[in-house]
Amino acid sequence: MKPANPNSVFRALSDPTRRTIFEELTRQGEQTVHALTRYAGVSQPAVSKHLTILKRARLVRHRRVGRETHYRAQPEALAPMVDWLKLYGAFWRERFDRLEALLERMEP
Amino acid sequence: MSNAGECPSSLVMERVFPHSPEKLWRALTESPLLAQWMMNNDFEPVVGKKFQFRADPAPNWNGIVDCEVLVVEPMQRLSYNWGVGGSESGLQWKVEWTLTAANGGTHVRMEQSGFRPDQQQAYGGAKWGWQRFFGNLENVLGGVK
Repeated sequence: MKPANPNSVFRALSDPTRRTIFEELTRQGEQTVHALTRYAGVSQPAVSKHLTILKRARLVRHRRVGRETHYRAQPEALAPMVDWLKLYGAFWRERFDRLEALLERMEP
Repeated sequence: MSNAGECPSSLVMERVFPHSPEKLWRALTESPLLAQWMMNNDFEPVVGKKFQFRADPAPNWNGIVDCEVLVVEPMQRLSYNWGVGGSESGLQWKVEWTLTAANGGTHVRMEQSGFRPDQQQAYGGAKWGWQRFFGNLENVLGGVK
């Protein structure tokens, strides 16, 4: 599966309720919208909306069983976040090297 | 995670430079000098000043960082917001520089942290926040590479 755009992953997880839902799914495994609604403390339409955003970021997957939709977490979709930490790590290391070179060139 | 000992919701980089804090401060705050090692910019060391860093566009990024100066304490501390992708839907971090004199040189600490400040506040009393999220990231990822 093609990885989601990193921005959509960050945005999806920028909301505390969505982070709560996502973590609940990683901890408890697959859950129905009803169960998640009880846990999240917001209305079912709100939970469904949050799940749609998480789904778009590929952080969750769903399957239908009868009239219920079951959701489960896709933790590997967090990879863009891990990449982000690596990327910015490299970015700042390079800037520090350039800063060092500049300081050498500058008057004391 | 690369930043052992630190809360992994932030990225920390530290280095001791054999140069005075005054010189470091100039490199961090004089726009033409800043451009030589960071990016082109219209930075001014004035709290509340909005400025941009501009680099070549990259995939998923237009090359522009929208910033606002938050703290200016000459020779000691400088921080600014670091926003990517527009103010409404974009991603927002904070970059903070701390300078400390050390053995004739200067210890420089850079921390890039947080997401949108409003959300930082919003999650203050919530069950869990980014800190815990990143703290759990490795557990959550499990064997995922």
